[in-house]
Amino acid sequence: MIELRDLHKRFGEQVVLDGVDFTVMEGETVALLGESGTGKSVLLKHINGLLHPDVGDIVVDGKHVPSLKRRELSELRSSIGYVFQNGALFDSMNVFENIRFGLSDMDLYNSVDYCRDRVPECLRLVNLEPDVAKKLPAELSGGMRKRVGVARAIAGQPKYLLYDEPTSGLDPLNADIIDNLVTHLAEELGVTSVMVTHDVRGAFRVADRIALLTNGKIALQGTQKEFLESDDEHVKAFLERDFEDTSYAA
Amino acid sequence: MTTALLRFPYVIGRGLTGSLDHVGRVTLLLVEMVRGLPQVRTWFPLTVREAYNVGVGSLFIVLLVSGFAGAVTALQTGYQFTGNIPYYVVGSLVVESVVLELGPVLTGLILAGRIGARYAAELGTMRVTEQIDALESLGRSPASYLVIPRVLAGLIMVPVLVIVADLVGIVSGWWFARQVLPLTDADFVYGARAFWRPFDAYYSLIKAFFFAASITIIPCYMGFSTQHGAEGVGRATTYAVVASSVMILLLDTVLAQILLH
Ligand SMILES: Nc1ncnc2c1ncn2[C@@H]1O[C@H](COP(=O)(O)OP(=O)(O)OP(=O)(O)O)[C@@H](O)[C@H]1O
Ligand SMILES: [Mg+2]
Repeated sequence: MIELRDLHKRFGEQVVLDGVDFTVMEGETVALLGESGTGKSVLLKHINGLLHPDVGDIVVDGKHVPSLKRRELSELRSSIGYVFQNGALFDSMNVFENIRFGLSDMDLYNSVDYCRDRVPECLRLVNLEPDVAKKLPAELSGGMRKRVGVARAIAGQPKYLLYDEPTSGLDPLNADIIDNLVTHLAEELGVTSVMVTHDVRGAFRVADRIALLTNGKIALQGTQKEFLESDDEHVKAFLERDFEDTSYAA
Repeated sequence: MTTALLRFPYVIGRGLTGSLDHVGRVTLLLVEMVRGLPQVRTWFPLTVREAYNVGVGSLFIVLLVSGFAGAVTALQTGYQFTGNIPYYVVGSLVVESVVLELGPVLTGLILAGRIGARYAAELGTMRVTEQIDALESLGRSPASYLVIPRVLAGLIMVPVLVIVADLVGIVSGWWFARQVLPLTDADFVYGARAFWRPFDAYYSLIKAFFFAASITIIPCYMGFSTQHGAEGVGRATTYAVVASSVMILLLDTVLAQILLH
């Protein structure tokens, strides 16, 4: 379970998170929506301790993240896969090494046989050809990089997965494949996930519950039905605008 | 004018707190490094690879610079010679100036540009493209993967390169001295030995070691604290080279004070 309570974070003068309450139950997938620049990535980085809150509690898997010792934190992080918005692939390593690096269990990481099977399997899960493994990140397209980022995050079979816009910039086909992968991991393996996205329809399809971040607070966290029926002006504004956008595009 | 004067204490104060802040954060980085040391299996192979890069990559420029330094010392000594100084003094001058000063300092300054700039740019890029965050998100310690190998590689290879620079500088000075002065090999060796103390060699190495620390730790720190994209990487790289060069000159003076008196 992931639980954020009254989370505050500011950068200098700029208040980004201003009392966020957010929970993800065990095995649940929650989609996090919000305008660009509202602090979705910042929120996500608090969950695995990449950012330290000014005020507030973060409890993941029963552990209070901000007060963990380094070893405990690195253990916890090994059980949380993180898909970075921009991929954040190690550019000095090829794709094979990048995905292999996702194995935080050192015995598996050092096992040649296991890696030889696991890396192509992860590539297949994100719909990439096995021969991509030999390429360097600089030789990949943006969408390929994004999917390698997903492959690296899932390689170690983490218990939690935090996806920062895993489908933005992908064609509809590959976006669907990633959405299905998220669902698959949640349903088959019981992974608990948070998925930041701009794609409201994808969010409705994948997520058990949806949360909307506006002005540093969670305006609403609830099921699809609760979302569509909500009277909250932020929610309404967000949905209206998005459905306008999508009908426009269609 | 008056405002400038009034601002003076403020500027000094800000500079002071700024440098204290740096000192504090460099100390934190060092603590991280020490904590990462038990993970030998992580940093050892990376250190070997990095040491190879540093050594082989810098060898040519170090040979070039030390060769010229030895030559210039010999030529200028030759030029300044007037009749009543014995020729063997050239031997003493070349050996002492190369080993005590030119070998370590020139190598240090050259490597501040070569190694320091590379470290700061690499780590700065990794920082702004979130690769360091990615490393942490996978439960790995950036200190063991990124900092320890780079710093250790420098601490091992810079002294080796300084030894090479000392030897090449001496040989080159010797050869050039013989071109400009009627000096025999025996003269040169006699002069070299006349003022030589074994401590001089240690002194050269001690300097190399301290210079290695500044051209690795400062750039790693600068790279780690990079902000604001490509421009930030550029700034971090420049600061890294300038700061480690200044540190080399400072250490050069301080070590001379402490060790030679
Ligand atoms: N390290 C940082 N230093 C200073 N400000 C930051 C930092 N990280 C984020 N911010 C600020 O926090 C705000 C939220 O950033 P964040 O990246 O979380 O947005 P986001 O919701 O993920 O947007 P997007 O959908 O475009 O990715 C932005 O205004 C940004 O300027
Ligand atoms: Mg973001």
